Amino acid sequence: MKFTLSWLREHLETEATIEDIVYALTDLGLEVEGVENPADSLGAFRICRVIEAVQHPNADRLRLCRVETWPNGPDKPAEEVQVVCGAPNARTGLIGVFAPVGTHVPGTGVDLKPGVIRGVESNGMLCSERELMLSDDHDGIIDLPADAPLGERFIDYAERNDPVIDIAITPNRPDALGVQGIARDLAARGLGRLISPAAVPVKGAFKSPVNVVLGEDVRDGPCPLFVGRYIRGVKNGPSPEWLQTRLRAVGLRPISALVDVTNLLTYDRNRPLHVFDADKLSGDIEVRLAKKGETLMALDDKEYRFDGTEVLICDAAGGQSIGGIMGGLETSCTYETVNVFVEAAYFEPVRVAASGRKHKINSDARYRNERGIDPEFTVEGMELATRLILDFCGGEASDLVISGAPPQDTRRYTLDPERVSSLVGMDIAAETQIATLKALGFRLDGLEVTPPSWRPDVQGSADLVEEIARIASLTRLESKPMQRENTGVTRPILTPLQRRETMARRAVAALGYNECVTYTFIDKASAGLFGGGSDATMLANPISSEMSHMRPDLLPALLQAASRNQARGFADLALFEVGPAFHGGEPGEQHVQASGLLVGHTGARDAFGSRRAVDLYDAKADAEAVLAAIGAPAKLMVQRNAPGWWHPGRSGQFSLGPKNILATFGEVHPKILKAIGVKGPAVAFTVLIENVPIAKSTSTTRPALAISDLQAVERDFAFVVDDGVEAISLINAAKAADKVLIADVSVFDVFRGAKAEAQLGAGKKSVAIAVRLEPKEATLTDKDIEAISARIIGKVGDLTGAVLRG
Amino acid sequence: MDGLDALKKKYLDGILAAADEAALEDLRLSALGKKGEVALMMRELGKMTPEQRQQTGPVLNALKDELNSALAARKAALGDAVLEERLRTEWLDVTLAGRHRRQGSIHPVSQVTEEVTAIFADLGFSVAEGPQIESDWYNFDALNIPPEHPTRTEMDTFYMHRDEGDNRPPHVLRTHTSPVQIRHMQQYGAPCRIIAPGRVYRADYDQTHTPMFHQIEGLALGADLSMANLKWVLEEFFSAFFGISVKTRFRASHFPFTEPSAEVDIQCSWDQGQLKIGEGDDWMEVLGSGMVHPKVLKAGGVDPDKFQGFAFGMGIDRIAMLKYGIPDLRAFFDSDLRWLRHYGFAALDQPTLHGGVSR
Repeated sequence: MKFTLSWLREHLETEATIEDIVYALTDLGLEVEGVENPADSLGAFRICRVIEAVQHPNADRLRLCRVETWPNGPDKPAEEVQVVCGAPNARTGLIGVFAPVGTHVPGTGVDLKPGVIRGVESNGMLCSERELMLSDDHDGIIDLPADAPLGERFIDYAERNDPVIDIAITPNRPDALGVQGIARDLAARGLGRLISPAAVPVKGAFKSPVNVVLGEDVRDGPCPLFVGRYIRGVKNGPSPEWLQTRLRAVGLRPISALVDVTNLLTYDRNRPLHVFDADKLSGDIEVRLAKKGETLMALDDKEYRFDGTEVLICDAAGGQSIGGIMGGLETSCTYETVNVFVEAAYFEPVRVAASGRKHKINSDARYRNERGIDPEFTVEGMELATRLILDFCGGEASDLVISGAPPQDTRRYTLDPERVSSLVGMDIAAETQIATLKALGFRLDGLEVTPPSWRPDVQGSADLVEEIARIASLTRLESKPMQRENTGVTRPILTPLQRRETMARRAVAALGYNECVTYTFIDKASAGLFGGGSDATMLANPISSEMSHMRPDLLPALLQAASRNQARGFADLALFEVGPAFHGGEPGEQHVQASGLLVGHTGARDAFGSRRAVDLYDAKADAEAVLAAIGAPAKLMVQRNAPGWWHPGRSGQFSLGPKNILATFGEVHPKILKAIGVKGPAVAFTVLIENVPIAKSTSTTRPALAISDLQAVERDFAFVVDDGVEAISLINAAKAADKVLIADVSVFDVFRGAKAEAQLGAGKKSVAIAVRLEPKEATLTDKDIEAISARIIGKVGDLTGAVLRG
Repeated sequence: MDGLDALKKKYLDGILAAADEAALEDLRLSALGKKGEVALMMRELGKMTPEQRQQTGPVLNALKDELNSALAARKAALGDAVLEERLRTEWLDVTLAGRHRRQGSIHPVSQVTEEVTAIFADLGFSVAEGPQIESDWYNFDALNIPPEHPTRTEMDTFYMHRDEGDNRPPHVLRTHTSPVQIRHMQQYGAPCRIIAPGRVYRADYDQTHTPMFHQIEGLALGADLSMANLKWVLEEFFSAFFGISVKTRFRASHFPFTEPSAEVDIQCSWDQGQLKIGEGDDWMEVLGSGMVHPKVLKAGGVDPDKFQGFAFGMGIDRIAMLKYGIPDLRAFFDSDLRWLRHYGFAALDQPTLHGGVSR
């Protein structure tokens, strides 16, 4: 919302400076977003006199002017300056506007420097209105009357020295969408006196030939009040210069006197109006809901098709205006308009908002009507409009046509002066509180308060507190310590799952991965590759097709991030994210994943040849480290059948039992890498951190440590076994040979492939295991060791078909 | 005894001059071996008179000990020389880079969220969570934003798709963390003190806006909490967070879910384009706050006649940018490795109140 200082002064008698006003506005909750002060941009342009203008010696179209200037004002010494000027009206004796060297010229964006034009020095500029950005006029330089005061600032002489203030209006303050409402707040704050001129009713000269009927479907809600007036014999044309200047200053384009009047009242009093060309209306006005399928060509040159919920202003021919939102093209005013019918109505805000949203019309009328204009101001608004139209366009006004009445306002709240202190924590005297409310237009009967009709946002006694605190200024608020709920040491506050998420995050980072935070929405194709992309997880209004679906998994975004980093020249990457993935579109259909992605090699090339491509076992080890960090049980099942975006032969899952998957690891499927544009190899893991059971015990005591001082023994065995037999089978078989003595079994060598098969036979490999025996009661004798070795060889043979390698 | 001195000198000189262990061994044998000169002389002791023996015995024993010590010392010296010679050949180029270790990092959003959590935990706030796909009731209605309220259009809300025939209002991506207030009140009632950090979404993308960002919500309910308490909590928070005493300025504003509402500015200065928090005469807007609206309390099942309190919401990304001098919000979500390394934090550098929350 923009307004000028002079406009504000029509409503507020004040001695306050612009700085005081700006500070107060922001502090009152009418946040100032900007102030354009012409004195800042145009203060250097002063009125000058061309002593003599002669032909430029070297250019036909240029003139050489001796200009008398007053750089420091009219009562300071004058200075003569030579200026080269291309304007056709530059002539001897011209009174114009001069910009000295060093001035920034807003219309050209150029800072003036001393120059030489076609061999002649030029120091400064004689300006056109366009160069001052006062109008589009650049036919010539500004040509002032002979009595213009030489040396004065042009903005003072031309009355263009009017700062424009731009404020942000929160949705609860429709009253502040009018300059009057802004002035009222400032007056309540103590910055002056509210002096808005009252409307002087215009006596009707005849009965309006157009009558207004409120349809049954609108009169009890959608449009309870319609005030109309016929004005005949108007002469439309440009509005007066002062009005055009004012509208331009606040960013509006002057159109014609009739339209400009409606815009003036919209900004002055937040009273939108509509003016029909009465000669284009047929018969009486009827306000009703639209019929389903009915259409209207609106002022924005677009045709709207209605679904039956919209309010239409109709004549005998049909809908002519969308109530509270936008007028129709057919009945709009032009310069040829002679007879008009003016509308001031009240429309139910919710319906205006719904219709406006449905048809995507963002008009000024909708903006105001959906926030709620003052229904009690309808007649007065019409009187103000009538007076202005008669003043600007002449003509003769009819009696008012009033149909319906403002909606009943039953709001009444009790002021509890203590409440300001208990809710806000400021001490404000009761009489001050009452005075504040009265200044804002609230009516008081003792402590019973009736809010003004222009404040639809006031809906309870808490609002009264807000008004009082706001006008008093929250800067007066002194902080007051909040007592702890518990005395003593602060208790821990994180839930086990919250701690786990942090543990997982820091564990992965400790493994050397860089944490990313990627967008939660991704493109449909990528979502589809990872089991998502359904309509349930689709956004209805994505800002781009790259962000259309909630991610089913963290990997696609990490892979995209890897691809971008590869394009930047980073081939070896370790990226991770801990965050939500979505398995559906309902609230709560999300789960936390901790995903890590390794791409390329373990590191840069080095002098030791330690660089190697990342592989499945890197991802597996990292997944296990994360699981351990978040307290997963040590013994987990490893199964295959990871989802389709993993390499089918090089991926696995950790689970508790066959169903509860805790983590997946492996190579990313080469098709996925190709689709997302990642140069492999790429391995990854995803830990479903919520699936790890929460420890039931709350005891901090650990089980007693059982260790033996007896010498442990390690024995190695190499087996020849079918290539398809997994390491875990041999390990489990060996362990089964003696559950007490065998403390650990590990694979330390695997020999497979063509060379192995040549030695061991087709389809065979060799697997070497180390078995650690920890005696509990007595040191093992050679005989004991031989016996258990035989059992191991037997067990492994029985369970896996392996034979000891000869 | 002159003979003994000469003998001693001969062997000590020999030992000192021995070039290797073999020479030493030869010397040992010829002096102390079974038929060595000293051994043979000791054998003579038995033939002596007790008086002679008492005189000669200690002298011979001393000689034997001295030669043994000299042998051991020379042997050690020879060993050291050999080792030193070997080590001299074992030179490595220490300027070569060490074996590669990947250096992980924590994203600023995670780090700052933990910093904020640590500070509020000390004030007794626990952490609450809620879904990111949210029903429009929780995101709007319950927060006193009825359908068609202008705030809904101003929020740039992302809506979820609705199938034909499903006439429920579409779900939204939560536009703020405030719905967590309602869910928490419904589940746990009042009094309460919570913060709720997390991702939020607005359909806006330009230099200073991203369609996803992070907010932290605060809610404190009690019998007599006031806006003055809110101001204290925020000043305590910002001072702890920025590590310097920070003043706040409250400005009247409007949010549908609080009443009265205030925008909160923190004290700052601009010095040659450099922002400094906690000093100077300028103010920077950092959060929105207010006293929880009675309708919001009711929506959460809390009796507004018994409880009142405050709520606030601020941008995690924004305070991270202010604190750590990170210029561009969009880069937070771009996963540029150079950015992650430059603005990231060490894995073990977990913020705590006792160790400090600033890096």
